[in-house]
Amino acid sequence: MTDPVRPAGDQAPGRTREAITRRAFAKRVAGLAGLGAAASYLAFAPEDWPLSMADATGLRSQPSVELKRLGDYRVPKPDGAFDLGVGRDVDTALRLRKALDAIGGLAHYVQPGEIVLVKPNVAFDRSPILGATSNPEIVEALVRALLVDARAAEVRVADNPIESPADCFAKSGIAAAVERAGGRVYLPDSNAFHELYTPGAVLIEQWSCFYRPLRSVDKVIGVAPVKDHNLCGASMGLKNWYGLLGGRRNQFHQDIHEIVSDLSLMMRPTLSIVDGGHILTRNGPTGGDPSDVREGQAVAVGVDPVAVDAWCYENLLERGRDYPRYLFMAEDKGSGRVDPAGRVKEIA
Amino acid sequence: MSRDRQARSSRMRRVFRLANMRLLSQIFFFALFLLACWASWTTRLGGYPVSRFLELDPLVLLATALSTGYVYRALGWGLLVFAVTLIFGRVFCNWICPYGSLHHFVGWLFSILPRKERWEANRYRKLFTLKYGLLAALLLMACFGVLQIGLLDPICLMYRSVILAVAPSSDRLFASMGIDGAALDFLRFAPGSASRVFIASFGVGAILLGFLALNLYIPRFFCRVLCPLGALLGTSSRFALFRIHRNLQRCTDCNLCLSHCEGAADPQGVLRLSECFACMNCLDDCPEDALSFRILGQDYEEVRAGTDVGRRRLVFSGILGAVAVPLLRTQGVNTDENYSPLLIRPPGSVEESDFLGKCIKCDQCVGVCPTNVLQGATFAEGGLEALWTPVMNFHLGHCQLKCTLCSEVCPTGAIRRITVEEKLGVGAFEEQGPVRLGTAFYDLGRCLPHAMEIPCVVCEEVCPTSPKAIQTHDEEIMDAFGQIVVLRKPFIVPDLCIGCGLCEKECPVTDRRAVYVTPVGESRSTGRRLLLSNRVTSE
Repeated sequence: MTDPVRPAGDQAPGRTREAITRRAFAKRVAGLAGLGAAASYLAFAPEDWPLSMADATGLRSQPSVELKRLGDYRVPKPDGAFDLGVGRDVDTALRLRKALDAIGGLAHYVQPGEIVLVKPNVAFDRSPILGATSNPEIVEALVRALLVDARAAEVRVADNPIESPADCFAKSGIAAAVERAGGRVYLPDSNAFHELYTPGAVLIEQWSCFYRPLRSVDKVIGVAPVKDHNLCGASMGLKNWYGLLGGRRNQFHQDIHEIVSDLSLMMRPTLSIVDGGHILTRNGPTGGDPSDVREGQAVAVGVDPVAVDAWCYENLLERGRDYPRYLFMAEDKGSGRVDPAGRVKEIA
Repeated sequence: MSRDRQARSSRMRRVFRLANMRLLSQIFFFALFLLACWASWTTRLGGYPVSRFLELDPLVLLATALSTGYVYRALGWGLLVFAVTLIFGRVFCNWICPYGSLHHFVGWLFSILPRKERWEANRYRKLFTLKYGLLAALLLMACFGVLQIGLLDPICLMYRSVILAVAPSSDRLFASMGIDGAALDFLRFAPGSASRVFIASFGVGAILLGFLALNLYIPRFFCRVLCPLGALLGTSSRFALFRIHRNLQRCTDCNLCLSHCEGAADPQGVLRLSECFACMNCLDDCPEDALSFRILGQDYEEVRAGTDVGRRRLVFSGILGAVAVPLLRTQGVNTDENYSPLLIRPPGSVEESDFLGKCIKCDQCVGVCPTNVLQGATFAEGGLEALWTPVMNFHLGHCQLKCTLCSEVCPTGAIRRITVEEKLGVGAFEEQGPVRLGTAFYDLGRCLPHAMEIPCVVCEEVCPTSPKAIQTHDEEIMDAFGQIVVLRKPFIVPDLCIGCGLCEKECPVTDRRAVYVTPVGESRSTGRRLLLSNRVTSE
């Protein structure tokens, strides 16, 4: 492109000076002009022109979050069935079957080929007998029933525990139970969360949610234990959905009844199962002493999660009809009806 | 026919030559090392000896034996490397050591020097005696109970670099790729958890990259100049049975053997037995076939057996080490009078001065911790002496009741091996009570119910002891807006608190927590006792 020439009459004969040809000069100018024009287009072209990067008002570059919304996973109960089924038996799988039969059978609620999310309470790194986590026997029985009886295509089991997720799932016995039954455990890594939009919710209208296991599910079933809870009285089916929240969720204890009733808006489950196998009667929700735990030998299943909790509070935790305030708030938000009277069918 | 066979056998000899065997060995041991790190996650641990590389390290063996007077658990394995060295020389450095292999690989990948300059880069330098001085200083310090070999021991360095810098960085990379599901879980060091955070990551990562970059200035800079383990093996490799032998009749003094000499051991002249890594490259580079690796090659007169340090320098290094001991200790981090409130040790840790005589800063415990609470310390927690030793950071995690993983992988017994029963103080350990890491305290001015009339008590909810060490006084008040509020004001029952830190981790006052744990009351030290008598265990 350029070649060194020695100009005549230069003072230092050893020096050379770069000279440029006309052609090379023209090419260089044209190249620079092209680059300049392209850059100017990107920077200054009106915002609706293709490839324009202009943001004259600053509005275009404002951060925007894509919000997910959870579906409504409820299924109407069969005609003549009760809202609530209670099964009583020493054998966990049998009492679950009895309770499900009382509300019309599992096959009515889950169709063959569907993807089902089961949400147990695996919040703590505790042995199952301490009652701080869901009973692995009932999780196993449910996953097996979903896969075998209802012929679901896939059963996912997920929770976002307070302690190390892998350890909580392992030591609560849930991971092994799910594996035996043929389901799949979803652990929350930092990539598994998404912002969720819940219209009508007071505290979590927009909040981070453990979303990966919820992607493309057809049905959602909660499986919670019955636990004493120091702040809100009792932790049962509604409080269980807390385990899907991400972010700094511990702020919500400043208004615990509001958040639990908000959770009933966020998640409209197909079924709410609350198991009274190991009832944590005091020192909750963590427990830690087997003497805090009472064997209930009963399980409640229902299409109305509010009524399920109310029934368990009264009959399993045995605390009378002075229900926790969040149940009435959930009723006000349209998530169900508190009073279980006349809506329960018990099979012993 | 016979020419055919000759050709085949010479090809076989080329394929199975020692340098290729060495490469295979390096790949094998490097893969084994990565496997050990990979298998150190809570879901993958199955009783495998994930700390074996540390237990094979003869410098760890010697230094901890000097500082404690004992050989803990599997540390005797280090003798195996000594034995191998006495037979084959410093093969550990170039056939086994994963840190050496890493430097070898980086040096090979970026070796852009023309041949003549490479000869100069691979010549022996006086600077290489520095490692013997460092070794002398570090061992002398160990005699006084100050164990600092972990700063430079290559196996400790390698574990620490992978655990604190490489593993979290690569996990973060995979997380940011945004692939859903468990598809990439087998590539992650800590699958199924949020991205881990390590307060010492940057420093450790920068040191790793810095040492790697120094290979461009002097090949194998770390191994030749600084490595105290290499120095230790160098002092025994002089007695090795096998060594490089130069046939003086064949040698034409062409210097080609310097081209890829890893140890800078002067194979072209008087071989330095203490420096030779037995990398076997010189055998391949010799066009005259004058070099061979054989039993008792050249006579002692024709090689340089000893190191080049000189007695005066060695004594000088020793004095430096001896002076460093009181200097470090005057900082006072390990005395009960002025200990740092940030220095909270993992469960099973021995008493602090004993701990500092045992911890080799390998950070294996940090790697296996499932909650991210264990951290390699920075200067902030315990000064230079405790740099990179394990401390607990309750902003990032908490100590899980039924977990004793850190105590199981500790190769030196700085964290004594304990069972869950001992940790919780049940069964045979009922009398002795649980292992306490410290005690929780309230910053009442920041606590929502105490200072701001706002209900909260997450701390009480999560407190995992039974009965709870955090309890509440209930109080009905009229708040600033005229509303009647029932406040549950939390307080600590110190007799029950084990210092697990779950309250601090879950406290919603996130920048400076309203409830926090400090090490006072930790059960490993009587000098840091808080309560005169425990109202729970001593009836």
